[in-house]
Parts: sequence; C-alpha cells; structure tokens
Amino acid sequence: MLLEVKNLRAKIGDKEILKGINLTVNEGEVHAIMGPNGSGKSTFASVLAGNPLYTPTGGEVKFCGKDLLSLSPEDRSHEGLFLSFQYPVEIPGVSMVNFMRAALNEQRKYRGEEPLSATDFLRIMREKREYVELDNKLAGRSVNEGFSGGEKKRNEIFQMAMLQPRLSILDETDSGLDIDALRIVSGGVNKLRTDKNATIVITHYQRLLDYIAPDYVHVLYKGRIVKSGGPELALELEEKGYDWIKREIDEKEK
Amino acid sequence: MEKENKEKDIINDVTTGEYRYGFTTEIDTDILPVGLNEKVIEEISRKKGEPEWLLEFRLKAYQYWKSMEMPRWAHLDIPEIDYQAISYYAAPKTKNAPKSLDEVDPEIIKTFDKLGIPLEERLKLTGVAVDAVMDSVSVRTTYREKLAELGVIFCSFNEAVKEYPDLVKRYLGSVVPYRDNFFAALNSAVFSDGSFVYIPKGVRCPMELSTYFRINAMGTGQFERTLIVADEESYVSYLEGCTAPMRDENQLHAAIVEIVVNDRAEVKYSTVQNWFPGDKDGKGGVYNFVTKRGICRDNAKLSWTQVETGSAITWKYPSCILAGDNAVGEFYSVAVTNNYQQADTGTKMIHIGRNTRSTVVSKGISSGRSQNSYRGLIRVAPTAENARNYTQCDSLLLSPDCGAHTFPYIDIKNKTAVVEHEATTSKINEEQIFYCNQRGIPTEEAIALIVNGYAKEVMNKLPMEFAVEAQKLLQISLEGGVG
Repeated sequence: MLLEVKNLRAKIGDKEILKGINLTVNEGEVHAIMGPNGSGKSTFASVLAGNPLYTPTGGEVKFCGKDLLSLSPEDRSHEGLFLSFQYPVEIPGVSMVNFMRAALNEQRKYRGEEPLSATDFLRIMREKREYVELDNKLAGRSVNEGFSGGEKKRNEIFQMAMLQPRLSILDETDSGLDIDALRIVSGGVNKLRTDKNATIVITHYQRLLDYIAPDYVHVLYKGRIVKSGGPELALELEEKGYDWIKREIDEKEK
Repeated sequence: MEKENKEKDIINDVTTGEYRYGFTTEIDTDILPVGLNEKVIEEISRKKGEPEWLLEFRLKAYQYWKSMEMPRWAHLDIPEIDYQAISYYAAPKTKNAPKSLDEVDPEIIKTFDKLGIPLEERLKLTGVAVDAVMDSVSVRTTYREKLAELGVIFCSFNEAVKEYPDLVKRYLGSVVPYRDNFFAALNSAVFSDGSFVYIPKGVRCPMELSTYFRINAMGTGQFERTLIVADEESYVSYLEGCTAPMRDENQLHAAIVEIVVNDRAEVKYSTVQNWFPGDKDGKGGVYNFVTKRGICRDNAKLSWTQVETGSAITWKYPSCILAGDNAVGEFYSVAVTNNYQQADTGTKMIHIGRNTRSTVVSKGISSGRSQNSYRGLIRVAPTAENARNYTQCDSLLLSPDCGAHTFPYIDIKNKTAVVEHEATTSKINEEQIFYCNQRGIPTEEAIALIVNGYAKEVMNKLPMEFAVEAQKLLQISLEGGVG
C-alpha cells in the first residue's frame, strides 16, 4: 500500500474544509478525484503536500508506511510525493537548471547518494524534457517566468519526470490547456506510469480522463468522498453533472 | 505559525556562525594618539614623507571641515560621533615600504591568507593584482613589475605621491573636491593611504586590479583614498573588498574614490563591501561614509557594481558625471541589511554632455530590524541633449520588522531627455518557498536560491572571481533575518 488516508480533516484559518476523507492508493493505480468547485479537491492535494496555509486537524495519513503529516514538505518530496501545481509559481532569476539541480541533489542527499556531476545532470535533463516536448532553451529560463499556461503545466510534468516520484498528485493539470498541450501533458504522465508508482488526478472535467485513464473515480463534495466507482462514474458525471450527487447528499444531511 | 517558527529556528541555528572575518592580528602597530588637530595632520604628513603641497591640501581641507556639520538628511539614525576620540593613523610596524614579500611581517601575510587574499604572486588569483591595505597603510602590491611593462601604474597612494607627483597633483580632488561634503573634507585632511591606478592611452589592462582593505587596530578610523585615471581608449576593471574584526565599539571608515575616465576609455569598478556589521543586537560595527565619483569624458564609460552586505551604517552614493558627449554611466547595486544595520545608498547620474546615457539597477534586500534606503539623483543639465536614463529600483522584504525606502530625485533641465523610473517592493513569497519545499529544497536553501535569483541581474555584472564569493556572502548575511 502506497497511501492510506483515514478520516483526514483540515482547515484554513478557522474554516474546516476537509471533513473526514478516506482513501487508499496502491502501487500501479490511477485515482481520479472529481467534484464541484469548492468541494475541497485542491485543499486535499495541498494538505498531502504539506502546504503551511492549511492545518490538519484530525485523522492520519500513511505514506509508504510513514506518518506523512509529521514530515516536512521537503521530506514528503524526498519520500516520493510530487504535486503538480494548479498555479505553478514563478521564481524570477532562478534558472530551471539551478532549480532542478538543487532539487535533485537534495533528494540524493536524503538518500545518502553523491550529488550528480554537471554532465550527468544535463544529460538527464535533456532526456526528461523530451517527455513533454520542452526545447533546450528551458534550462536557461527562470522557473516558470514568462511561461505560457501550457508551458507551465508541461514544466510541472518535466519536474515530475526528473524527480521520479512514487505518488504524483496532479492538481487541475488540465485547467487552461488547449487540446495540443493537453495531449502532450497527459502523454508525459502516461509515459511515466509504472507498476511501482501511482497517480492521483484531480479534475473538474471528464476531458482529462480521456487521456489519462483512471482505475478508480471518487467524488469529493463538502470535504468528504461521497461516491467512489470505476471509470464509468466519470462518464456518468460528464453526462449528468454534479447536481444529482449534491441533491443525494444534501437530502441525507437533512 | 508552527512552520514560521521552524523557519526561524533553522535559520537561527546557522546564524551562530556569524561574521567570518572577525579575528584580529597581533602585530606591533604604530598608532597616533586620539584626537584631530593641525599637529596630528602635520604628523601624518611627516610620517608619510609628503611634499609641502600635499600638506597644504590637507590643512585647507581640515580648516574647511571644521566649519562643517555632519549631514543629517539621510534616512539613518547616526549616533553622535566624537571625532576627537578616534586615532587617525595606525600602521603595522614594518621596515620602510617592503621591497619584496620577505620583508612583509609574516603575521600580515597570514592575515591576508586567512581572508583569501594571497600576497604572493602566482598564487590562486592569478588574473588579479592586489594592493593590500591594513589600517592606514598599504602593505603590499602584487604584479607591479609586470603591469609596469605596459605602462600601467598600480601602487599605494603613498608611493604614487613620491614617484608620480605630477599625476597625483593634477587629479587629486579633481572629481571629489575637499569641499564636496563633510566626510570628503575629513578624508582629505587625514587620509593615510589607498591605491593609485594609471592606465596609459590605448592600453587594455590585462588583469583585474584589486584593493583589499582591512581594519585591524582598535579605536582607529580608516580613511583611504583611491584615485584611478584611465587615459584615452584604455580599459581597466577594478575590484575592492573590505573586512574588519568584530569589535564592540564602532569603527569609522570614510573613504574617497575618484575616477577619471578620459575619451573612449572604460572603467569597471566593483565593490564587495563586508565590513563588520555589528552583532545581532546591533552592538559594534563599522560606520561607512564613503564618497565615490567618476567623471566621464567623450564616449567614455564608467560602471559601478556594488554588493553591500556589511557595516552598521552605510552612507554611500557612487556617482557618474557624464561630462563628455555620448558618455555612459552605470550603477548596479545589491544592498543587504540584517539585524540592526542601516543603509542609505544609491547613486547620482549627472548628465552634462549630449547623448549621454545612464542605467541604474538597485536591489535592496532587508531583513531583521534593519532599514534599507535607496537614494538616487538623476540630473539632466540644459546642455545634455537627448540624455537617457533608466532606473529600476526593487526592494525585497524578508521580515516584518524591517524597512525599505526609496528616495528618487529627478531634476531635468532639457526637454529632449527621456527618464524612466521603475520601482517595486515585494515580500519574500511563501508560495515560492513552498514550491521549492515541494520539490525537496529546504526553506533555508530556498531563500538563498530566491534571493540570489532576485539579485542576479547585478551579480552577473561582477567579475567571475568575485561573483562566487559575493553569492556566498549574500547567503551568510541573511541568515537569521527571515521571519
């Protein structure tokens, strides 16, 4: 078992957003988390990655047997958790080459490995950027600065390829992508799939799931997973929207 | 909150390393008693074996200084300075002007070795000639002979007065007159040593010239003077570095740098200023009051690059007088303040010639409880047809208790001028830090990465030998300041 989330609760400020999430992810699986806006999808991703804006208030998360919530964000990364940001951050003046080299060498340090030589590093960088068809100007550009929306998302998947995570969480990776970028990004994700790693795809729309086929689909609403099923659930949502689920849940609450 | 506290903890842990250059050297020092009067000035001049005209220059400056008051317009809280409680001359006791390295006190060689400045030629910094100044005198200048073959003069100011009196007499005070300001007058009265550079017509100086200033003696001030003359079509790149021991009392440093850039010549002047900034509680540190100015003739170019991380108080405005047509002035600055440091620094670009251009890029980084101000003047004279200036002035705040201020002065007397000013203020961004964290980069490294990225435009202007040191310095200076 890769990830086991039990009754996870979390808040931002005084507002509780996650109200008891349960989810189990095994190696080799792709899980899609869908749900209407404001249901807590991105919060869930942020809490798993350790974003300090959110405070977990209950429950537990095991990641590769470790207590995830007690790890620092960087150690979660070192343990193999990767978050593809919905809004990747720009870091002016910091070149992708320096940024990725720092990231990769920190990961190696954590594992007790020597830092990579410049030649080896550049070779790996060259190989990995081909996954998402980024050109060789990438290395010299500042992190996400002046990148188009599509380039930013491709850059996220490039970083995922570099860090080779055990669990990748793609937070609305499809938002703002045109059809070509969507094809490139999901193509990259699919090439990186193995039976040793897993992916959680967070999305509002079925569209992305045409490209990245999920094994399981979960619907998040009001901070809880209210429905789980196979790929057919995504199709049903595409057809019927979220209202029927909302009604079902709201009825029960009354 | 928890994360914030942890950030502070991590960084506080490292801060205990503090200032790396805070050691003192045990050597015999020839030191004048404290106080300032005509006798003291005569004594300094006598010790240096100076000609009469120079003593007169000093005394005139002293008389003028006595009539002046310390400037109070800067955004600085300067404690009262008792100018009669400072010794104005301190020199390591050695034989008269060492001819070779063998004659230099081994303790002094060790000191500069510790600072990473080899006094022996052929060592490490092979592309750099060094003038090493400790307290009031120059202790050694390397590569003099090699440079002399090209006609390049690089020696201590004191030697220049003796060996090239005509050059010194002609240019001394020509860019920064002693009447310029309070500290310039003080320096002109009591300056003890410094560096002198002359690049003859058409010569491209083949190595970086560098002066390294070190304050060692206690209770003394350092008042050095640098004079650089680049004759027509010549080129030189000049570096200046400085450190001081950690002491509880404040030390006064009031220097003058004068640069003459003749027709079609180019001078690059880079400074990495790392005087002792005082401790975490604001005790001790160097008061740094410096006047730096250059004059550019036709088609000449002067470029100032400074990385300011040290000193308890910095008051410094390296400036360009663009006197000739098509002259170019540049100022690139990174000023870092931490703990209780105060900096009021910037530049003056004085456009007089036609088609003169200037660029100002200032990056302030403040943390702890420090105050960091940019103060810049762009003046376009009626004669300066088609003058152009671009100023970019950014401030980065790393803590809630620090201050960043911008004081731009723009004085335009010619309608054809185009002057642009851009300013930004930003806080270190939690999202950027988290993004780095998520990729496995711990907060401390993330901040170093972000700050270096922010300062990169200026750091790129530094010569290679300095750039790496300066980057490390930036990192060290900020430790413990983020919260």
